[in-house]
Amino acid sequence: MSKMVPVPSNSIIPERDLNKTPVLETRHLGIDFGGLTAVENFDLTIGRTEIAGLIGPNGAGKTTVFNLLTKVYQPTRGTILLNGVDTANMNAVQVSKAGIARTFQNIRLFSNLTVEDNVKIGLHNSVNAGMFSSILRLPRHWRSERDAHERALELLSIFDMQDLANHEAGALPYGVQRRLEIVRALATNPSLLLLDEPAAGMNPSETAELMENIRKIRDTFQIAIMLIEHDMNLVMGICEGIAVLNYGKIIAKGTPAEIQNNPQVIEAYLGKQKEG
Amino acid sequence: MKKISKTTRSNIVTYAMVILAFVIMQSLIAGGQVSSALKGQLVPICVYICMAISLNLTVGILGELSLGHAGFMSVGAFTGVIAAMSLQTLPAPARLLLAIVIGGIMAAVAGVIVGVPVLRLQGDYLAIVTLAFGEIIKNLLNNIYVGVDGHGLHFSVTDSASLGLEGGIVLINGPMGAVGIEKLSTFLAGVLLILFVLTVTLNLIRSRSGRAIMAVRDNRIAAESVGINVTKYKLMAFVTSAAMAGMAGALYALNYSSVLPKKFDFNTSILVLVFVVLGGMGNIRGSIIAATVLTILPEALRAVNDYRMLLYAIVLILVMLVTNNPTLKNGWNVVKEKLAFWRKKTPVTAEKGGGADE
Amino acid sequence: MNLLLNLINGIGLGSIYAIIALGYTMVYGIAKMLNFAHGDVIMVGAYICFCTMSYLPLPGAAGTILGIILAMIVCTVLGIVIERLAYKPLRSAPSLAVLITAIGVSYFLQNSALLIWKSDPRVFTSVVAGWPGLELFGGQLRISAVTIVTILTNIVVMVGLTLFTGKTQKGKAMRAVSEDKGAAQLMGINVNSTISLTFAIGSGLAAVAGVLLCSAYPTLMPTTGSMPGIKAFTAAVLGGIGSIPGAMLGGILLGIIEIFAKAYISTQLSDAIVFAVLIVVLLIKPTGLLGKKINEKV
Repeated sequence: MSKMVPVPSNSIIPERDLNKTPVLETRHLGIDFGGLTAVENFDLTIGRTEIAGLIGPNGAGKTTVFNLLTKVYQPTRGTILLNGVDTANMNAVQVSKAGIARTFQNIRLFSNLTVEDNVKIGLHNSVNAGMFSSILRLPRHWRSERDAHERALELLSIFDMQDLANHEAGALPYGVQRRLEIVRALATNPSLLLLDEPAAGMNPSETAELMENIRKIRDTFQIAIMLIEHDMNLVMGICEGIAVLNYGKIIAKGTPAEIQNNPQVIEAYLGKQKEG
Repeated sequence: MKKISKTTRSNIVTYAMVILAFVIMQSLIAGGQVSSALKGQLVPICVYICMAISLNLTVGILGELSLGHAGFMSVGAFTGVIAAMSLQTLPAPARLLLAIVIGGIMAAVAGVIVGVPVLRLQGDYLAIVTLAFGEIIKNLLNNIYVGVDGHGLHFSVTDSASLGLEGGIVLINGPMGAVGIEKLSTFLAGVLLILFVLTVTLNLIRSRSGRAIMAVRDNRIAAESVGINVTKYKLMAFVTSAAMAGMAGALYALNYSSVLPKKFDFNTSILVLVFVVLGGMGNIRGSIIAATVLTILPEALRAVNDYRMLLYAIVLILVMLVTNNPTLKNGWNVVKEKLAFWRKKTPVTAEKGGGADE
Repeated sequence: MNLLLNLINGIGLGSIYAIIALGYTMVYGIAKMLNFAHGDVIMVGAYICFCTMSYLPLPGAAGTILGIILAMIVCTVLGIVIERLAYKPLRSAPSLAVLITAIGVSYFLQNSALLIWKSDPRVFTSVVAGWPGLELFGGQLRISAVTIVTILTNIVVMVGLTLFTGKTQKGKAMRAVSEDKGAAQLMGINVNSTISLTFAIGSGLAAVAGVLLCSAYPTLMPTTGSMPGIKAFTAAVLGGIGSIPGAMLGGILLGIIEIFAKAYISTQLSDAIVFAVLIVVLLIKPTGLLGKKINEKV
């Protein structure tokens, strides 16, 4: 952030949302693990309804970035501004309440619970029945349960999963579990959704459908989405801006076309064998 | 008509089972068909059922192992005795109720004292600290003397003589435990306590808070990522569980003329754990059945009494090996799926037409 | 003088804890599980030694030595069998299931012992009964033979284990498995046999600890091992679980704390004080004095 211009210098999509605060803005973000620098000088700005991609070779630190943003790890250096608010003193729970939701590379569902319960847990902070009203089954409990139920089914309908509501989450096929994780994340009512390899393990037609759905989610919920993905068709197809990470550093930022033609990226990443 | 969900139906069966068992027992007692040995077991059975349900909330629902559950039981037992015995003017049922309430509250306080610092820990550490806590409580109780007289309650940590009682009676006598208790507990009170504990537990599980607790169990990091305060919900489950154990403890103590602190040792905690594991972790009805059967059975089969604890040990190991064996588990899941498929065939379409309600 | 005596006795008791704690800490380091049954292996070792000394018609020292060797063999085999039958099938199971199984094993051992050897306490003859110990400062300071032997044994064990894990192939394999099971496997290390070896060593040491424990505190019962077991685990946590020097440090500290608590505070409350130490340590520094922090992989 050296240049003080209206458009943040590191914005991926400069023409969008010029007058609003960006959803996410990181400055010099970094973390060390026992003397080893895993992520360094991570500067990125994401606009209100942008779909951004974070790509890079395995071990480049992509998931670590997500873990920093969601405070699974506390950053060693730098600032994270979420809707203009510094998250330095927030923990994972507060960051979630402040508007970041995520999925996990190695799926982390509440696998012994039903699909509907998984989504209802995502709705935890938008329904408000407390322990005592629930134990005494006060009207407040019933009201909040009804709201949660309706909202959960509504959210499940994004992926046409209403009929699976009573299935045990852990017993679902892999692809469905990935979708459920997205629904659960959306249930927290985020302004920024982080997807960690959403297309992993999907076949090309499923991936195409997923791309459609990611766009649909952005349009319906008017949120920003940042995704880590190895499937270049997906990344180039839906991301409006892409950041390339290598050895914990951003080596390039830009539109898909710019990234595809960036010699550094080709050398570091695309030049090697295609992954995913 | 409102559609009744599978869980609701299952809960109704559980309540019905308890009430039915009570009615049958009462009519058998009225007909003089119950041996005095079994009659003597009725209140303890109720106590162990409550203990098993309450421990299941910690082990099965929260997914943390507590090895000091008898410690909370003893807090409830001893404070319950003090409450019941120092309020001689009230009628017996009121004293029992008050003892149970106070026992529950004090155990909950102990639960908070232990839980607040300890629940930040995970897994094995938490288990070992609860064990340590149980031992500490037992140790402390061995050194506490409480008496009551016209001036009120007297406490001491040296001996009963130093209480300075004027007339009154000694209630807690160090290693001798609670002495001179009036038998206030009844089978009816026991069954009512079961129903209370059951309602609290089942209603808690099927609520926003209960889902949060189970989310913490299934995946702590994911739970945090959707904004669930892990410590808060761990504490909620742990303290509720402790309070219910305390209530059961009060009911237990007021069923005897004296109770030793030794009664609430590690073995009792393990016994209750066996009930929970055998009945199925997270399965409340299973806990009730296991606690009942395993309390009656040893009385009925005196011959195996020597091998009882050995059998419990084998049960613990086998249940864990079988339920966590991937091959057996898959086999079981296939069977379950098949069963679910058969049962679902018709209701699925009906559900769709029925619309959303719960 | 009293203070010095208490200190030495504390180190003596602590040395027993340290040897037991080694079993916990090595198993925890390598299998990431709390082997709850470890304390009861101690009890089995003590009974084996007791039976050999009492029932075999061998003269003094020979009987004692045979007793110790037999105890170590039986416990080593027992440790391997327990691991194979009860813990190995659960290697990918949730830790709650493993812990409950371990408690089951502990209970199994205790109750088997109860059936075999009955509940009445046996009086264990000290393995160094013939030697009166040391008298220093003109008889003002008396150190018992058991205390001296225990402290010496502890030093030998500690040096031996440090050399083993540092210098030998098997020892290095052990460290590799405890760092990263998957990577160790890729490097051609047999993870299963390494874990078995760890249980074997830990259990063999438990037998030694059992003999020393009962020589110092001669009452032998089926429950003899459980309390020292729990305290030794406390010691392992205090020192930093997974760390061999940590087990040594933790054990000795805990022994000193216990003896001092008994001498200067209250005999009845000494256990409560020891456990309070555990709770305080876990709250202030959950990784223990010499342990390192492990980050959960997300």
